[in-house]
Amino acid sequence: MQPSPERQREMLRQMQTIRRFEERASDDYHGGAIYGVVHCYIGEEAVAVGVCSTLNRDDQIISTHRGHGHCIAKGADLNRMMAELYGRETGYCKGKGGSMHIADFGIGMLGANGIVAGGIAIVTGAGLAAQLDGKGRVAVSFFGDGASNAGPFHESLNIAAAWKLPVIFVCENNLYAAQTSAAETHAQEDIAARAHGYGIPGVIVDGNDVLAVHGAAAKAVARARAGEGPTLIECKTYRWRRHTERVNQPDFRPEHEIEVWLKKDPIARLVAHLKSQQGQLTDAEWQEMDRQVLRGIEEAVGFAKSSPFPKPEAALEDVFAS
Amino acid sequence: MSRITYQQACLDALAEEMRRDPRVWALGEDLGRGGVFGQYRGLVAEFGPERIADTPISEATIMGAAVGAALVGTRPVVEMRFSDFALCAVDELVNQAAKARFMFGGQARVPMVIRQPIGMWRSSAAQHSQSLEGWYTHIPGLVVVTPATAADNKGLLKSAIRCDDPVVYMEHKDLWQVPDDVPDGPDHLVPLGKARIAQAGSDCTIVTWSRMLSVALQAAGALAKDGLEAEVIDLRTLWPWDRQAVLDSVARTGRLIVAQEAVVVSGFGAEVAATVAEELGPRLKAPIRRLGSPRAPIAYSPPLEDVLRVTADSIADTAKRLCASG
Repeated sequence: MQPSPERQREMLRQMQTIRRFEERASDDYHGGAIYGVVHCYIGEEAVAVGVCSTLNRDDQIISTHRGHGHCIAKGADLNRMMAELYGRETGYCKGKGGSMHIADFGIGMLGANGIVAGGIAIVTGAGLAAQLDGKGRVAVSFFGDGASNAGPFHESLNIAAAWKLPVIFVCENNLYAAQTSAAETHAQEDIAARAHGYGIPGVIVDGNDVLAVHGAAAKAVARARAGEGPTLIECKTYRWRRHTERVNQPDFRPEHEIEVWLKKDPIARLVAHLKSQQGQLTDAEWQEMDRQVLRGIEEAVGFAKSSPFPKPEAALEDVFAS
Repeated sequence: MSRITYQQACLDALAEEMRRDPRVWALGEDLGRGGVFGQYRGLVAEFGPERIADTPISEATIMGAAVGAALVGTRPVVEMRFSDFALCAVDELVNQAAKARFMFGGQARVPMVIRQPIGMWRSSAAQHSQSLEGWYTHIPGLVVVTPATAADNKGLLKSAIRCDDPVVYMEHKDLWQVPDDVPDGPDHLVPLGKARIAQAGSDCTIVTWSRMLSVALQAAGALAKDGLEAEVIDLRTLWPWDRQAVLDSVARTGRLIVAQEAVVVSGFGAEVAATVAEELGPRLKAPIRRLGSPRAPIAYSPPLEDVLRVTADSIADTAKRLCASG
């Protein structure tokens, strides 16, 4: 079932928020106010938003090193996200995590993760806990095509399938594992086909079509909540920007390939779809939505900039709980 | 007080903690069949296969799933069978479990126990005999426990299960059948980070842990016949470790031997030795000595394996030389 027009406009707003957030994060990174490394999700927004639009607040997700989109789609606070990127005390992780480790346990966002494939087994455990709990929660792992070649992907799919865990494995196949193309490193093109080996549904979806992602995810979530086990969803998509904002390595991807994918902009696509439906989105409404999104980002930057850096002694705190 | 084995002691501990707290559960290979050393025997009958979960041989995902289940509020006990096998899951332990709390700014708790038996055991050769406890003491965020007696294997395992941090819990494979007097009932807890003076003495201090405790006590017995009183300290927990107990003892005796089964190079004994040297250096009556395995993989054939063992004789000889030199 298609989400309501109102819900679709909300999905559009989230996708645009992800894009504007990252445009600003990238600018401020290159301006020196954000440190370390930032991995941009621009171009893949439809995956995070399409999947998270099917989840409840207490459902749990784990993200990747490219995690801003998942945080925003799950409902994270932009101020605390931006403050984290700025390394400030008010950030989600008190400035201890940065871009790659944003988490908000209160909304079921169990963390972006700096290890490729690092989240897949953890989500499997969250799914196991959800099953033990019996309250119908599901857990979602977002990961890339690169992670699908790491051991825990296979181990986790097997265990989740064997135990019928309420887990959804969402592979964001953006065609590149860091700099290396999937075509060079995958024995077969479709990652979803691997689901067959574990006896679970493997679904391929256009990852730039947020409604298609929503539909596939809704089906997988319903299956998981019904106790029928996991689903592997492969979202074919593309990142517009290089692997990281760090410019120490060239972008090896062919320009004509990038151009082809720029034309498949998931946001422009949803805008066009809504505009084509009588009365669902006007140019003026879209412009106003974008202005609001930008105001939210501006506020987040203001919050970050006005927040203090952590005190030095905090570097030794939070190592142990007890 | 009951006379029970190291194996029975930890079985009792886990069962008591599972009765006490429904969030505690265990996962690993063959647990429903009692575990590879019988340390889970009978538990599935009482707690069912959901709380005594048999997993495939997928160490990375066993560990990672336990991290996830701990993050969302359960208290898993992970069984790795052998510390050697846990190496298949080091990413999940070191990059995930140990760091989640810190890198998420204190939001996360990872209350899990990672059981990974260590040590030489009946010619088990290079991949089933290692003592890797020192590795984990190097990782901020991990607690490291090495019980040496049945009483401690009960009291420390219970404390580990109640701990809100990831605890690397390293039983010694050669101790499973060794009996000891163990306090009865569910209230026997041994605090993490407290050493025990296993034997008091004034001539030299022998610091040790895990199975090497019994070897050190034998050495102390032999030394007593020669009129030398060795103080034997069982660290019990390597992180946090009881610096004060060691410093107090060496301040009295002026002599220190650290005896460990692990490879001596970069073993935890080096940390103990360095700490004592830093704090008490000029007051020492003799140089500090570390005893441990030479830096070689552990061999299969008994005479070869024996080359790598620290013996009571070697500890006693070392102690005599130290006492003569001071």
